[in-house]
Amino acid sequence: MKIWKQFSLLLAAVTACIAFGLPTPASAAPKSVILATTTSTQDSGLLDVLIPIFEKESGYFVKTIAVGSGQAMAMGKKGEADVLLVHSPDDEKKFMAEGFGVTRRLVMHNDFIIVGPASDPAKIRGAKTSADALKRIAQSGSLFLSRGDNSGTHAKEKKLWKTAGITPDGQKWYQQTGLGMGDTLNVAAEKKGYTLADRGTYLSIRKNLGLAILVEGDAKLLNVYHVIELNPAKWPKINAAGGKAFADFMVSRKVQELIGKFGVEKFGSPLFFPDAGKKPETLGL
Amino acid sequence: MELLAEGIAKAVALLASLDQEVLAITLLSLKVSVTATIISLVLGILSGTLLALADFPGKRLMVSIVNTGMGLPPVVVGLFVTIFLWRNGPFGFLEILYTPTAMIIAQAVIATPIVTGITVASIQNLPANLRLQILALGATRLQMVRILIKEARLPLLAGVMAGFGGVISEVGASIMVGGNIKGYTRVLTTATVMETSRGNFDIAIALSIILLLLSFVINYVLTRIQQRERPR
Repeated sequence: MKIWKQFSLLLAAVTACIAFGLPTPASAAPKSVILATTTSTQDSGLLDVLIPIFEKESGYFVKTIAVGSGQAMAMGKKGEADVLLVHSPDDEKKFMAEGFGVTRRLVMHNDFIIVGPASDPAKIRGAKTSADALKRIAQSGSLFLSRGDNSGTHAKEKKLWKTAGITPDGQKWYQQTGLGMGDTLNVAAEKKGYTLADRGTYLSIRKNLGLAILVEGDAKLLNVYHVIELNPAKWPKINAAGGKAFADFMVSRKVQELIGKFGVEKFGSPLFFPDAGKKPETLGL
Repeated sequence: MELLAEGIAKAVALLASLDQEVLAITLLSLKVSVTATIISLVLGILSGTLLALADFPGKRLMVSIVNTGMGLPPVVVGLFVTIFLWRNGPFGFLEILYTPTAMIIAQAVIATPIVTGITVASIQNLPANLRLQILALGATRLQMVRILIKEARLPLLAGVMAGFGGVISEVGASIMVGGNIKGYTRVLTTATVMETSRGNFDIAIALSIILLLLSFVINYVLTRIQQRERPR
């Protein structure tokens, strides 16, 4: 008998500690907003700065699900998210055309870069265009790591291969990690391969990588983020008011200023450039 | 190697400074996993005892299913629990996806077959004559079951440890049904995954060390209880 008494005493003690020692945000439940977004906004740390401000101002509790643009839009199509922050323009246009979103607003941009080992076996450093760089990688058969996860970055990468006129699928030098941006950069660093990355994630984890920026500045490498409010007519359970509040917040003057400053202190240059209210054409889209 | 040393130093620093966020993450890990383990104990010991003592056609099949369930892949559990809890899914009205409650459910699903399987094995492992003897002494069936569970307490504690160990270290289901939401559903394992993908290996190592320590302390206490009662 002793053993069970001891055991149940232990259980009771642990349970009590946990029950009283933890504030449970759920119980005081403010209404929550599900934000489905890309791994880049989370891995760069931008959301860690913005979301607490939004929660304080609006009273909503934000559930950030960082999954990549493809899955974020899939969640939107199923009515499992209230607002999207994504960077996959072609898919977004389709998403809007199919009536899943009510508004789609430009928030910010940064750019994609092609990174690789500093020794640069494919000699892509100084390539004039991203297409040229990819051709050199393919011709030399140098390892290229793709995210392969239907994220915005993956969509961009597929488009770039298409522009270069190369079908990388099934090639020995082309590998898909199926992971987020940060993880894929880690794999590329470890295997000394090339990869396409958004500048924000690259800069924020650069310290442990040993990968160099080899190609940048091509207009085709622009990485544009939009915030999309979902259509409550399709899915009545959506928290449309919360989604709108978050979208309005992202394009507000104050937040746009914060976005422009984010990362300056740590990296010497901003990770994202605020674009709210601009016409996409002015970005060369 | 340098990184490992950095990670250990970071863990010590985080623990020593009682970092609020790490503390909250650790407590949540403990809360979710202990609750899930308790639920799995109730369900597992009940169903395991029933399964061990009852005789019915298809019993072997049932036991095989339970034993298969002991190795249930957490991501599979995560996927199905997610589908069930979706807003527009069958239990969407509960609105518990991406909450600690959802994580407790998923972890309880993972741990229950483990506890059930070990319960079946430990009850069946008791001397066959024990049941007859207890009944012969005039015990009711309920009393008999109580005595049998009591007699099987040592292996049952192993079941507790296996169940708890399975859920506290689990990441696949937790990240799917919990979503790794900062300050709400972020636990030690999901935080480790995220910090790794952010390239913050030192913090990831520090979190891993905290997880190992936590796991060790709980198992140490359970083992002390178990071994003190060991028949000599």
